[in-house]
Amino acid sequence: MPGSKEIRTKIKSVKNTQKITRAMEKVAMSKMRKAQDRMAQARPYAEKIRRTLGHIAQANAEYVHPFMVERPAKRVGLIIITSDRGLAGGLNVNTFRVALKALREYKDKNVDVELALIGNKAVAYFKRLGGNVTATQTHLGDRPHLDQLLGVIKVMTDAYREGRIDRLQLVSSTFVNTMTQRPQLRQLLPVEPVQDDKLLAHWDYIYEPTPAGLLDFVLQRYIESQVYQAVIENAACEQSARMVAMKSATDNAGKIITNLQTVYNKARQASITKEISEIVGGAAAV
Amino acid sequence: MASIHVDIVSAEGQIHSGEAQMVFAPAEMGEVGIAPRHTPLLTKLVPGAVRVKAIDGSEQSFFVGGGILEVQPHLVTVLADSALRAKDADEAAALAAKQSAEEKLAGAKGDIDLAKAQAELIEAAARLQFVQKLKNPSHR
Repeated sequence: MPGSKEIRTKIKSVKNTQKITRAMEKVAMSKMRKAQDRMAQARPYAEKIRRTLGHIAQANAEYVHPFMVERPAKRVGLIIITSDRGLAGGLNVNTFRVALKALREYKDKNVDVELALIGNKAVAYFKRLGGNVTATQTHLGDRPHLDQLLGVIKVMTDAYREGRIDRLQLVSSTFVNTMTQRPQLRQLLPVEPVQDDKLLAHWDYIYEPTPAGLLDFVLQRYIESQVYQAVIENAACEQSARMVAMKSATDNAGKIITNLQTVYNKARQASITKEISEIVGGAAAV
Repeated sequence: MASIHVDIVSAEGQIHSGEAQMVFAPAEMGEVGIAPRHTPLLTKLVPGAVRVKAIDGSEQSFFVGGGILEVQPHLVTVLADSALRAKDADEAAALAAKQSAEEKLAGAKGDIDLAKAQAELIEAAARLQFVQKLKNPSHR
C-alpha cells in the first residue's frame, strides 16, 4: 500500500497539533474570565476618580493645572500597549495599525513622537522599525499590577510637566465582546473636561493643604488609573483573541484530518481493489 | 437619622460601599471625622485606617496606603492607593523603565521606518485575510 504509512504519520501529527491548540483554547478561556473579572473590579475606581475630577472641574478652582491646558502640539507622547505573547490572532497587528496611522499623521505634520511601550510585542516591533522610545515595560503576566506601570507613566507625565511633550495619547485594544476587540487611540493629556451637570451651583472645595498640590495628585492618579484600566482591558482582549484564534486553529486541524482520512481510505481501497483484481487475474490464468 | 454614602475603592477593586453615620479618615493634616452634610473637602490621605461607623452603630476599619479623600455633602469617596508608595520608589521605577527602553532597543535607529512598517502590516493583514478565507470558503 504505497504512501499509506506517510499519511498515517501525517494524521497523527495533525492530531497532536490539534490537542495543543485545544488545550490553549481552554486555558485562554479560563484566563479570559478572570481577566474580565479584573476589568470589572477596576471599573469602580475609574468611575469614582472620574467623578471626583468632574467635581473639581465644576468647582471654581482658582488654580488651573497644566494637565488641563491645551497647548499647540509640537511633540507628542504615545503609549502603546500590546500583549507579551503572540498566538493571539490579529490583536497586536491591529493595534500597530492604529499606532502607525497616528505616527504617519504626526510625521506629515512634522510633529516628533516619543514612544512608551508596554508589552513584549511592541518592544520587538519597534526594535526592528526604530523609533524614539523613552520607556518600556514588559512581562506583566496574567495579572498586571498598577505598580508595574508606574515607571512608564511617570516618565511620560514628567515629560509633559517639563514641556518635552505637549500631548499624551494611548493606543490599546478595547474589549467590545469576546469576538471583537477594537484598537483605539485615546487622549490622556491634556485631560479632556469631564461634564457633570448635577452640581451647577458655584462652590469650591476646602483644599487641604493646597489646591495645586492636590490637583496634581488627583490628576496623576487619574492618568495612572486610565493606563491601568487600558492594560487590564488589553489583557482581557489578549485572552479572548487567543481563545478565538485557537478555536479556529482546532477547527482547521479537524478539517485537515478529515481530508487526510479520505485520502487514506481511498488509497487503501485502491490497493485492495488492485489485489483482488490481481488474484482474479491470476486465477483466470491457471 | 441623617446618613452619608461612603465609597472606598482602590485601582484594583472596590473595597467598601454603603451608608454611614460617620467616617474617620487619616488625612494629611491630621485625622478627620466626617458627618453627613459636611462641607465639600478634598485632601490627601496618609497610610492608616479609614473607620466607617455604620447606621446600626457597628464600626468597620479599612487600611489604606494613602490616597485621596473627597467629601460632598452626601458622599464620601476614598480613592485608596493599592500599594504603599514612596516618592523615591516612583522615581526608581521611572528610571528602571527608561533603562529597560535603552537596553532593549539598543541598536535600533531613531527614525521609524514607516515604509517598512507599512509593508509588514499589509503582509500581516493579507495573511489574516487568507486564514479567514480558509476558514469560510463560502465568503469569497
